Amino acid sequence: MQLYHMTAHRLQQMLAKGEISAEELCRSVFQRIDEVEEKIRAYITLDRENALQQAKAVDKARRAGEQLPPLAGIPVAVKDNICTKGLRTTCASKILYNYVPPYDATVMELLHDAQMVLLGKTNMDEFAMGSSCENSGFYPTCNPWDTDRVPGGSSGGSAAAVAAGEAVLALGSDTGGSIRLPAAYCGVVGMKPTYGAVSRYGLVAYASSLDQIGPFARDVTDCALMLNVICGHDPRDSTSVPYDKPDYRTFLTGEIKGMKIGVPREYMGEGIDSAVREIINKAVRVFTDLGAEVEETSLPHSDYALPAYYLIAPAEASSNLARYDGVRYGYRADKSEDVVDMFKKTRSEGFGPEVKRRIMLGTYALSAGYYDAYYNKALKVRTLIKRDFDRALEKYDLLLAPTAPGTAFKRGEKVDDPLQMYMVDICTLAVNLAGIPAISVPAGNVSGLPVGMQLMGKPFGEGEILRAAYAFEQCSGICCQLPD
Amino acid sequence: MAQYEAVIGLEVHVELKTGTKIFCPSSTEFGAAPNHHVCPVCLGLPGVLPVINRKVVEYAIKAALALNCRIAPYSKFDRKNYYYPDLPKNYQISQYDLPIAANGYLEIEVNGRAKRIGITRVHMEEDAGKLVHQGSISTTPYSLVDYNRTGVPLIEIVSEPDMRTPEEAAAYLEKLKAIIQYTGVSDCKMQEGSLRCDANVSVRPAGQTGLGTKTEIKNMNSFKALQRALQYEIERQIDLLEQGEQVVQETRTWDEDRGVTLSLRSKEEAHDYRYFPEPDLVPMVISEEWVNEIRSTLPELPDRRKQRFVRDYGLPAYDAAVLTSTRELADYFERCVELYNHPKTVSNWVMGDLSRMMNATGTEIGDVCIRPEQLAGMLQLLDKGTISGKIAKTVFEEMFRTGKDPEAIVKEKGLVQISDQAVIEKVVEEVIANNTKSVEDYLSGKERALGFLVGQVMKATKGKANPGLVNKLLREKLGK
Amino acid sequence: MISIKEVEHVALLARLELSEEEKEVYTKQLSDILEHARKLQDLDTEGVPPTAHVLPLQNVFREDRVGEHLDIEDVLSNAPEREGDFFKVPRIV
Repeated sequence: MQLYHMTAHRLQQMLAKGEISAEELCRSVFQRIDEVEEKIRAYITLDRENALQQAKAVDKARRAGEQLPPLAGIPVAVKDNICTKGLRTTCASKILYNYVPPYDATVMELLHDAQMVLLGKTNMDEFAMGSSCENSGFYPTCNPWDTDRVPGGSSGGSAAAVAAGEAVLALGSDTGGSIRLPAAYCGVVGMKPTYGAVSRYGLVAYASSLDQIGPFARDVTDCALMLNVICGHDPRDSTSVPYDKPDYRTFLTGEIKGMKIGVPREYMGEGIDSAVREIINKAVRVFTDLGAEVEETSLPHSDYALPAYYLIAPAEASSNLARYDGVRYGYRADKSEDVVDMFKKTRSEGFGPEVKRRIMLGTYALSAGYYDAYYNKALKVRTLIKRDFDRALEKYDLLLAPTAPGTAFKRGEKVDDPLQMYMVDICTLAVNLAGIPAISVPAGNVSGLPVGMQLMGKPFGEGEILRAAYAFEQCSGICCQLPD
Repeated sequence: MAQYEAVIGLEVHVELKTGTKIFCPSSTEFGAAPNHHVCPVCLGLPGVLPVINRKVVEYAIKAALALNCRIAPYSKFDRKNYYYPDLPKNYQISQYDLPIAANGYLEIEVNGRAKRIGITRVHMEEDAGKLVHQGSISTTPYSLVDYNRTGVPLIEIVSEPDMRTPEEAAAYLEKLKAIIQYTGVSDCKMQEGSLRCDANVSVRPAGQTGLGTKTEIKNMNSFKALQRALQYEIERQIDLLEQGEQVVQETRTWDEDRGVTLSLRSKEEAHDYRYFPEPDLVPMVISEEWVNEIRSTLPELPDRRKQRFVRDYGLPAYDAAVLTSTRELADYFERCVELYNHPKTVSNWVMGDLSRMMNATGTEIGDVCIRPEQLAGMLQLLDKGTISGKIAKTVFEEMFRTGKDPEAIVKEKGLVQISDQAVIEKVVEEVIANNTKSVEDYLSGKERALGFLVGQVMKATKGKANPGLVNKLLREKLGK
Repeated sequence: MISIKEVEHVALLARLELSEEEKEVYTKQLSDILEHARKLQDLDTEGVPPTAHVLPLQNVFREDRVGEHLDIEDVLSNAPEREGDFFKVPRIV
């Protein structure tokens, strides 16, 4: 097996034993990027020189006998909505095509502290608005399993990079499924932590009350290692929760006897492909075999998550994206009569159609006369959805569901019908509204395309989610299947 | 004119004197080079998040308590959305439906009549940056933006529409300024923009209870401007009604040079601020303990202090009101009285010569270089007879200019009063010899002539002769 | 659900300039989405408090201590147009 296809925990051991150097590993990944990037287009910006330098620095430190953090020298890709000091951060938008942040996001500081090697910035749907990576302002990313198909979105570049061997680990962000959906479509592990578990400082906001940074990995162990790096309280983020961060590896025991798992029937209904349902049912049997108690349950307000989400998220986005006006950074339209004209032209030329659509929708939902009927109503429904989860998670340790209603679809299939595109997220949105953690792990294949299983847990219950996911991974043997 | 009544409410913005901005650790210091007091947060860079400065909340509560407000047990921030190039995020973090405080009041006095003005609410928000243009905003080809002021903490204090005249509005603003200054949470300098005032004005036939259509007046940068603008606007509205026309609800700006209010309507878009809860901040729960802790740090406020000045120092109410109009002036007065225990004398000097010279030179009390010790020292020299009342004024002016001790000035300039009988006698004799006409007048019964002769002696001694002694010697010599 | 006029008004509020074609497309698409959102009206939310925050957090404050300012070149390096240490914008009115 090539180095670029290995898991981080295996590479970590090889590095520690001196069997390979970080530089070799880094070169291997860049060699892979050179081979496949043309077909996949996972990246917006590559940072080859700095990556090699970082890798060499790690090797030097190791030779000097320094005690290194666990993921030192592991190459990582970062979604292009996470600010990197001195390295272009575009959110895949023309409006930020040339923006170079003068500061690092908190997670970037943590990656640097962990001495991980930053490969570059990955492609995404513009400002994280989308489910297919087709809304990138630059070019779409392709699914490594079938390049005619989408990798899922919005963190499609990060998912595709990990699946294609163009990165060992990656960071994405998840506002309504933007980590879990592409993880499912690309056959990798992806996790959205509890809202407040990972600092949002430096994550370019889409919908502030829903956004959360999380990892992509090739297996559950790697996911746990990455969580160890990025989780924790940050005083620069008022919505970051002070909590005792555990070592997430300690949950990887394979032992889940007596664990109570609920399968909400609303997530296994008609809207879900029968083949996907079959795979999920198979997964349920794996859990039963492992000694977990699995039963059907209900989240009665599930149907309302989509409309609530598509009012709340665009409303916040309409405000969050107001700052892109051509005054301080990014794109500015030329030949404007006055400042209002400049604002309008800059934003109309700089934003893509989906971003404009959501800004319009959100502006409308907040505007005079509609606030109560739309935005505030959605916030109340959010309460009901959250209560569904609170109630279910009182009874069950975890909830199990498909990550997406189907497998990766063909590029262009849904671009003209926004509502159809939004439907792709019906299994993932509610988790963000409730603020709880959830993982997507590979659960099987349908016609050569990966299917993801989603495990949802209590707030700050990442450990229990990892425990179950790890046990499933070990027992089912479904993991680390990577396309050539 | 008499059959109309104006209804005025004020919205006052006060910059809080914290060291750092409301949501980030950038400095609030006034006067830095453009865009030098900014960080990623106040510059609104993609990805940044606000964190509330605890001191801002404390200061807001302190000001609100001084204004007799009820502090909200639960409060939150909201976003107010509008586009303007001085607003880096194109939304302002402010407070909408759950402000930090509400339901307060303050007392004003106009023409001897006391009146209570209600305060609707006090809320916290961030300031915007500054636009710099060459010449006027309407003719300049481009503008320059300085974001140093963005994120400086503000409180907005909204009054009830309780004022009826421009004088009442000015009295309200004066009192508000005094109270806030006393609390120490703001400088309230109108010329530096740390105190800003907008007004809502309407008129209605006297006796009517319903409200007329109001206009909002902006850009009044001094107390005088406030009064002039209100006066103008009230008359404008009455004229409209008299001519059978309607007042249009709109925002108007005060044009200081032309002395008129002008409609901003043409430049205004439909206002729809789309307020919603700020998702990047969590709510504030203000405990009673916290409020009490802040309450315990409140100083004696102007009304209370004024009453004490009347009671303890026996000052007339007018003196007490003037002396307590700012905390610094009241502190100055009290320090002087501590050193020289004749309150009315001190009051006369502070309200008389000191105020006159401060006004003439545009000096604030904090910048006056006469220390209370020096003023008290001068008054003691006067009591001892070392200097005359007339000389005292000279000494005072010199002290005001140079900050030197009164003793040093007296010595340096040879201003010590001449009380040596022999010296004065000699001058008196000379004056008598040289003013025979006046002497005759006096001797023929014209008492007034004596005053002239005294003046001549004083002139000859450069004002230093002891006036009592001069009088006495003149009368003796002239044989009366 | 939503008229072209409302789309125009919303575009103005959001500082977007839409072509005639875009206006039509957005009118149709936003109507579809809002039609779907009408579903929420079926739910009785009488007495249900709105959830703007899922967190149990309150009173998150920082102390009033001055931190680092950005270097002036970092402030202005991304500026589309500058003059001296200022950002430069077209005429306001």
